Amino acid sequence: MEAGAPIGASPPSAAIVTSGLTKRFRGGQVAVDALDLTVPRGSVFGFLGPNGSGKTTTIRMLLGLVAPTEGECSLLGLSRAEALPRVGALVEGPAFYPYLSGEANLRRFDAADPTAPAGTARQRIGQALDRVGLSAAAGKRYRNYSLGMRQRLAIAAALLGPRELLILDEPTNGLDPQGTREVRALVKEIAAAGTTVFVSSHLLAEVEQMCTHAAIMRTGQLVAQGTMASLSGGRATRVRIDTPDAAEAARVLTGLGLADVRVGDDVSATLEGHAPEKVNAALVGEGVAVRGFAVVRPSLEDVFVGLTGEGFDVDG
Amino acid sequence: MSTAESTEARTRRTPGLVPVAETLSSAERRPAEPVPPLPPARRPWAFWRLLGSELELTFKRPRNLAMLAVVACVPVIVGITLWIVAGDEAMGGLVADVAGNSLMLTFASFSFLVLLLMPITVSVVAGDSIAGEAGAGTLRYLLAAPAGRTRLLAVKYLNAVVYGYAVTAVVALSALVTGLILFPAGPMTLLSGSTVSMAEGLTRILISVGYVGAGMAALAAVAMALSVFTEVPIGAIAGTMVLVIVCQVLRAIPQLSALEPYLLPSRFTSFDAVLRSPIDTGALMSGLVTFGAYITLSLTIAWAHFSGKDITA
Ligand SMILES: Nc1ncnc2c1ncn2[C@@H]1O[C@H](COP(=O)(O)OP(=O)(O)OP(=O)(O)O)[C@@H](O)[C@H]1O
Ligand SMILES: [Mg+2]
Repeated sequence: MEAGAPIGASPPSAAIVTSGLTKRFRGGQVAVDALDLTVPRGSVFGFLGPNGSGKTTTIRMLLGLVAPTEGECSLLGLSRAEALPRVGALVEGPAFYPYLSGEANLRRFDAADPTAPAGTARQRIGQALDRVGLSAAAGKRYRNYSLGMRQRLAIAAALLGPRELLILDEPTNGLDPQGTREVRALVKEIAAAGTTVFVSSHLLAEVEQMCTHAAIMRTGQLVAQGTMASLSGGRATRVRIDTPDAAEAARVLTGLGLADVRVGDDVSATLEGHAPEKVNAALVGEGVAVRGFAVVRPSLEDVFVGLTGEGFDVDG
Repeated sequence: MSTAESTEARTRRTPGLVPVAETLSSAERRPAEPVPPLPPARRPWAFWRLLGSELELTFKRPRNLAMLAVVACVPVIVGITLWIVAGDEAMGGLVADVAGNSLMLTFASFSFLVLLLMPITVSVVAGDSIAGEAGAGTLRYLLAAPAGRTRLLAVKYLNAVVYGYAVTAVVALSALVTGLILFPAGPMTLLSGSTVSMAEGLTRILISVGYVGAGMAALAAVAMALSVFTEVPIGAIAGTMVLVIVCQVLRAIPQLSALEPYLLPSRFTSFDAVLRSPIDTGALMSGLVTFGAYITLSLTIAWAHFSGKDITA
């Protein structure tokens, strides 16, 4: 072990731990209710919930902007002052100085971080702008940025230093489809480099595409958390076959041991552990004319609706 | 950390042991994460870097520069007006004093500005300090950076003090230049009738700048204390101005004369102590003590509230 080994290097287990985290606002509104959340290091963690379910309030508590009424939370297993310089954050949309350029704005926030070396500021700001594709607009005043450019600048601000954890509150809000894809790619790239990403969203499809883990909130309470696989674990993967020989196909599927065979516009059944390619081969082997063959994984939306019961409405 | 450990950790999580469906989306197969870097150390110049950023923001902002330009114009206007009316031999008092010596315009300008216009400029900058950041939402990003609440408050206050001194210095410089152009230079006659050399006069101007600036620093502290309570900068600015005006009204009520020494604006005008012979250091000192008391009280209130405040904007 070399002498320069990190002292008290944060435990490798969890990037975020909250226990009994509760926020009751003045006026009695309970925004977050006894939240026990564990975000493993290295995960891309989706934090899902309908509008008003307490996602932003939780993030504010993690960052020390709002004091919890009860319970506690820790980032990277460190004290908040030690942890925050290693955490990049995007909270409830971008906020910058309208009369400054994008670059000057980043310089401002970099100056606020007591651990950021001033000497490399220029280079780090350039890299951050480059990563979000804003280099060309770096000198433009923030006032004149479009919504998507503002969102990108906010992400750039979260990437100013080497980060161990990124906390992103609805990072794709206001982005065009191209921008949304870029953010998703960026998140994957950042995660691949070992940074834990905690991303709140109410876009189920987005979380499904980006995340390895997820938690689902509803009216301040956690209704589920775990790996994507475990979250969808309760629901089986189905095959769907588009065929003119529906009855024959159904017979073959039943014969193979697939369950819950349904015949409608197409024929579908739960896979029950069978390899989809074998199922397809069997169908073709039995002379079924297969026009289309699809493996349908349970979507997070199904899971979500199953858990919350009533879809994505704002509760209280 | 030793590489042996992390290799071991990796082999323990053999991908093959995890169900295929799960490995697709779970983090289990992620390579062992890089050893966390050393805890980032606080940079020794961090405080000054943030203060520099704050000053840059303040002194590049068009609004603040416009206010400096306005206070710079007032001595010029006052000087020209007095220069015109001074042609009339019958004028005495202030007009005669100013017209008689180029340095006197500085004191005349202070007495015109110190009760309203200079307090406005300082309350705009200090009242906006926290409330403006909160209202714009930039406060949450500064604190997440993490700027640190106490550190941010200190930087914001020092910045407002520097701006207050800048306003005071701009008034003095503008008055000095205007005075030197319009009125005769030379030994200055004090209020008590005695005369001091020009060099001595300039020293006394410097002392009055120091004193008036300290008064502005006290006002800035009051404006900061209001600033932490709101997310609407105009609220903190207007609140400070209302306090200044209420004080003027209270001063004007003879029955309340006992209150007068404790009111901030009464102390602003004490800079004329430098026009006595010798300088009335007693008046200056008691003014400075009052300023110190206001600064201590206001900053304590600001800190007590801000350090535990929920930042929800
Ligand atoms: N400052 C506040 N005072 C009182 N109630 C608040 C405050 N901030 C938030 N709330 C309430 O707390 C609840 C959670 O709000 P929060 O902003 O955390 O939701 P969210 O999950 O981020 O929603 P969205 O998806 O719309 O961003 C809401 O009911 C909201 O009205
Ligand atoms: Mg939110």
